[in-house]
Amino acid sequence: MNTAGSNPFAPSDFERRKFRRVTRNKWIMFAFCAVLAVPLIAILVDIFIKAAPVLSLHYLWDNPVNKGKAGGLWAPLLGTFYLVIGSLIFVAPIGILAAIYLNEYAKEGWLNRTIGIAVTSLAGVPSIVHGLFGLGAFVLTMLPVINRVVADPNDSETKWEGGLFTASLTIAVMNLPVIITSAREALGAVPQAFREACWNLGATRWQTIRTIVLPNSFSGILTGIILTISRAAGETAPILFTGATFFKWVADSGWEKLFPYNIREPFMAMSMHLNIISTQISQMPDRMKYGCAAVLITLILFVNSFAIVLRVWLRGRKRW
Amino acid sequence: MERSEKNSGAVRRVETGVTPAGSPEKRDARLGDLIPGGGTAAAPKPSRKKFNFFDATEKPTEWLIRLCGWSSIIGIVAIFVFILKEAAPMLPRLNWGYFFTSPRWIPNPGEGNAPSFGALALLVGTFSTTFICLIIAVPVGLGAAVYISEFAKGKVKETLKIVIELLAAIPSIVWGFIGLMVIGPLLQSIFTAAPGSWWGHVMVTLHLASAETGAAQGTNLLTGGVILALMSVPVIVSLSEDALRAVPDSFREAALALGANPWETVRRVLFPAARNGLLAACLLGMGRAIGETMAVLLATGHNLRIPQALTDPVRTITATIAAEMGETVNGGPHYRMLFVLGIVLFIITCGINVASDLIVKGVKKANQA
Repeated sequence: MNTAGSNPFAPSDFERRKFRRVTRNKWIMFAFCAVLAVPLIAILVDIFIKAAPVLSLHYLWDNPVNKGKAGGLWAPLLGTFYLVIGSLIFVAPIGILAAIYLNEYAKEGWLNRTIGIAVTSLAGVPSIVHGLFGLGAFVLTMLPVINRVVADPNDSETKWEGGLFTASLTIAVMNLPVIITSAREALGAVPQAFREACWNLGATRWQTIRTIVLPNSFSGILTGIILTISRAAGETAPILFTGATFFKWVADSGWEKLFPYNIREPFMAMSMHLNIISTQISQMPDRMKYGCAAVLITLILFVNSFAIVLRVWLRGRKRW
Repeated sequence: MERSEKNSGAVRRVETGVTPAGSPEKRDARLGDLIPGGGTAAAPKPSRKKFNFFDATEKPTEWLIRLCGWSSIIGIVAIFVFILKEAAPMLPRLNWGYFFTSPRWIPNPGEGNAPSFGALALLVGTFSTTFICLIIAVPVGLGAAVYISEFAKGKVKETLKIVIELLAAIPSIVWGFIGLMVIGPLLQSIFTAAPGSWWGHVMVTLHLASAETGAAQGTNLLTGGVILALMSVPVIVSLSEDALRAVPDSFREAALALGANPWETVRRVLFPAARNGLLAACLLGMGRAIGETMAVLLATGHNLRIPQALTDPVRTITATIAAEMGETVNGGPHYRMLFVLGIVLFIITCGINVASDLIVKGVKKANQA
């Protein structure tokens, strides 16, 4: 009686068709994800294979020779490092305080709304427009003022030019929305009950923020700072006209090798180096281009994986 | 400090019920240390609060915080003002009709000729690469977002999210390098075919290779569009995923109760419910594609003309600014025109951002009502 043909629970053709459609669409969407992941990994592997002949510790420790056709990447690497530090000095305090204002002080209203729109607009401003802004505001407007105050008109050595200082400021403005958004998210994750408990003990608003809110959101803010670092290290367009240069002499040994750049002079950076050697220099050996790209990718992915690990660890030890 | 004095009484009442571990004096001293202005009634002399730099400077700090809160407004206004300031001398003299309709961008003509500033070719370059980017990135991005948010589970989901995040982290100069050195030559070798062969016929019919030589160029509109798509997909995926996650679970449960299968739930329930969020995600992806500089500078071939075919090299607004700013004279007409292009870009991207913000805010209001 209960044979397979007359099973009352067997799916009808209509149901079977529907089920097949679900399975098919699911696979199509998975294919979309694969379309993102597989070529990316293939391209990265390709870059690393072609870069393999030059990759070594010497490649990182030596200075570029003969317009980057030989030698290593020490000078641009160090320039990127200083650029990141310089921009963090400006953007980290301002961004975190701005996030504190938005999350702890601001009341709902037109001002808060305007600030929100300003943050999203700032995040959407193209990087090249940031570069134009840096050129117009810092290099052409701020530096003449500084020069009038500090520089000796008879001594061109003391003159400030577009360099680490202006490029750091430009990158800082560019990273402001990134750090505000992530720090605000981290502050918002601290339960309101923590703050109320602290207020009930008689603490003022600033005491509460300082002793309760900030320590509890520290790791989240750190994640935001790490993302800022990776963005500052990779950007090219904002530093094109605000201080990065393709060649700056850097000592090959001694203490000067570690501190070659003055904040008022142009500097070399990884992204700028990659840009120039892959487009402007003729007869550049391919392995040098791939090597530079591989080092930059490794640097960025290393910094970013820090952020990912930190976030996973944070989620694991969350107590509320 | 007024607040703490007011509250210390309440704290004291609570504390008197607790048996102290040490002697009364010791306990009082401890309480006095912990609670500003605290101490029990029995204490002869409440210990004085130590001077704390952070507490003493509370008012100035609050003003500093307020000032920093306005920093983003200051930043966006400063960007606009300074770019406008550099472009200003050019604005009244500029023939806007010519600027938007002529493809002749000749900033440095030969002796005796007036420079010609027609940005049509640049605008077409920007919008054609963005269009190709969106054709690829919107379906892929939405599909990936739906898969990650609704279908993937556990390890797969985590892995995909990390891949998307790393995709977003790769800097634009590296994308440009990939377009120039990897994808460009790849497309070139696929599209190039001997004239007369069947593959050559296909390619010429599709406008992918030139009819005369059968040659195709590696860095072109299509390469630029593909690279931009890879760059804007992470934006679209992460924002769409947020939008899908914001749909309440009760919607999914209701769909399930009505007998809808997962795909029907996605198409008939989640897409309409998250419509505005998904639209905003696509808009922001488009904003990123329009504003991208280094990738298109390296990957689109940088040729100033209106593209006729998918494999024609083009030139975008952003790439023009990046490539030409270095060779201009400060204060010259060419220099000012590049800032005018910057203003055009700024207005386009700001418009897109504000529009997507309003769309998302509209959703929030509708949900509250």
